[in-house]
Amino acid sequence: MGSLKLEQVLQQKQAANQNLFVPYIMAGDGGLDILEERINFLQESGASAIELGIPFSDPIADGPTIQEAGIRALANGTSLKSILEFLKSTKEDRSIPIILMTYVNPIYHYGMEQFAEDCADSGVDGIIIPDVPMEEEGPIATHLSNEKIAFIRLAAMTSPEVRLKEIARKSEGFLYAVAVMGTTGVRSSHSDNVKGYLENLKKYSSVPVLAGFGVSSVEQAHELSSHCDGVIVGSKIVDLLYQGKHDEVRNLIQSSVNSKVQV
Amino acid sequence: MTTYTMPDNKGRYGEFGGQFVPELLMPALIELEKAYEEAMVDPSFTEELDYYLKQYVGRETPLYFAEQLSKQLGGPKIFLKREDLNHTGAHKINNTIGQALLTLRMGKKKVVAETGAGQHGVATATVCALLGLDCIVFMGAEDIKRQKLNVFRMELLGAEVRSVSQGSSTLKDATNEALRYWASHVNDTHYILGSAVGPHPFPKIVRDLQSVIGKETKLQIIEQTGKLPDAVVACVGGGSNSIGMFHPFIEDEKVKLYGVEAAGLGVETNDHAASLTKGKLGIFHGTLSHLLQDENGQVKEAFSISAGLDYPGIGPEHSHLHDTKRATYKPITDEEALKAFQFLSKTEGIIPALESSHAVALAMKLAKEMSAKETLVICLSGRGDKDVEQVKSRLEAE
Repeated sequence: MGSLKLEQVLQQKQAANQNLFVPYIMAGDGGLDILEERINFLQESGASAIELGIPFSDPIADGPTIQEAGIRALANGTSLKSILEFLKSTKEDRSIPIILMTYVNPIYHYGMEQFAEDCADSGVDGIIIPDVPMEEEGPIATHLSNEKIAFIRLAAMTSPEVRLKEIARKSEGFLYAVAVMGTTGVRSSHSDNVKGYLENLKKYSSVPVLAGFGVSSVEQAHELSSHCDGVIVGSKIVDLLYQGKHDEVRNLIQSSVNSKVQV
Repeated sequence: MTTYTMPDNKGRYGEFGGQFVPELLMPALIELEKAYEEAMVDPSFTEELDYYLKQYVGRETPLYFAEQLSKQLGGPKIFLKREDLNHTGAHKINNTIGQALLTLRMGKKKVVAETGAGQHGVATATVCALLGLDCIVFMGAEDIKRQKLNVFRMELLGAEVRSVSQGSSTLKDATNEALRYWASHVNDTHYILGSAVGPHPFPKIVRDLQSVIGKETKLQIIEQTGKLPDAVVACVGGGSNSIGMFHPFIEDEKVKLYGVEAAGLGVETNDHAASLTKGKLGIFHGTLSHLLQDENGQVKEAFSISAGLDYPGIGPEHSHLHDTKRATYKPITDEEALKAFQFLSKTEGIIPALESSHAVALAMKLAKEMSAKETLVICLSGRGDKDVEQVKSRLEAE
């Protein structure tokens, strides 16, 4: 059993024979008022954890859907500070782990140590920073570790074996396996190389491996989950929630999570 | 005298610089650094680079004693480093020719680039035409409207220009999109970054390739005056012409280095591009340096009459030179640059780019406090033909 809360929760889900499923939503898209409602909805729909995006002016790892959600959130006046305050005020109301996905500059500007402390106060369980590779992780990794918050590393299909092993060795919470060459956004399929890449990461990693980027359907979730521990779905969920298609979101999560039972 | 060895092996200039990019791009940066370090000690590469710089770009460029300008200002002897005389009309090609040769050396056949006004885009499209590389240039939709002629130039040269309508539809958004494209095509595509910004090793590569400006200047000024200059002035957007000019002089501590930032409507307003004067430390486009940002760490739009200086960040080495006080950075407004644009045209018969006009404007101020025994070099980074129409409508409106 892992030492971090996020690891414990994910292991309980796996012990119940579930695929892991982490939906991504953009904090402040639609305003912070509906964020609580969305978190509750995703929790009740059976999500394993929630990845909460912090909007940023220059999201270089994101495709059009999440870029637009970020622009809407910023137009609503959303900031890292207001999101952390919201999470702090609502932390008693939720049990599902919360993972923040943020580009590095808002944290750098906030102050890394203060950020880690305020995340702990707000009940944040993990952090994903797409523009901080191993070479630059030192300061933020130390502060998160002091606060017992999982620093979730990302692996890429371009990473050579030696880097994949190192990333896997450092991984906390889960290992985020970027499953496409490029940015976030819906893809109809993944390349044939993905299978071997995920299976290698499974071999190297002692925490669950989740595939993300380009995942949008139950079929893709099942296919990818058969080579690792589950999936992260961003653009598709952001889009469905924006359109108010909550039933489709619930169905996507429940069907993806339960495939092992059906098989 | 201290030896200057920046960047360190982590791509840092003091605390500035680094490699803040997604893991997906890290292997390409590592490959690029290795290929670059090997190329620069391989005579077959450096000889080929020198050949193209001489025969194709037209180097060396003159260091011209601007006698009339000096007389009229009544201060030091002023020299102009004529980067405007390079092929394509600016210093940008010093970098693109080197990076294009590097692209071939890495076995890649495709190039992606960002451009603001189109100068770097044209310089990239040019060398891609020369060397048979496929070229895609990302350009903001707003900039495409403002710079139709440069869009046509790039297309004439065989490049594909892709319009970017995200965000403010200008240079920073074009750079975001070029980075996203690179991430999707990193296996067969090299990203020719146009300024001394971005993740390591780009700031170093661009600096080294642009250092030909300062190296030539140093030899030429000694030949013409028998000594080093007292002051060197260059404009700074991302900071490629200025770092290329400054770098060979860094260890010559008596040579004062002046970088000129675009103050737009004034540094006291919201409409400027003065990252060092008004920005705070931040991480943007892969590097830690000074950045125009709001109270939540969101990157602000920059503003300047000169599209080439219109960038909210700045190269990390400039942040270091600023921090260590080795170089001094001063803001110049649109108005001041416009006056310098006209003044140099009339006194010397040289129409400077609006970017370079910022450097001329600061030199005009500095000249008042310098003596006739002193010498000052202005890096005239580009020619002003591209700006004539814009200046015409602006002056007519006044």
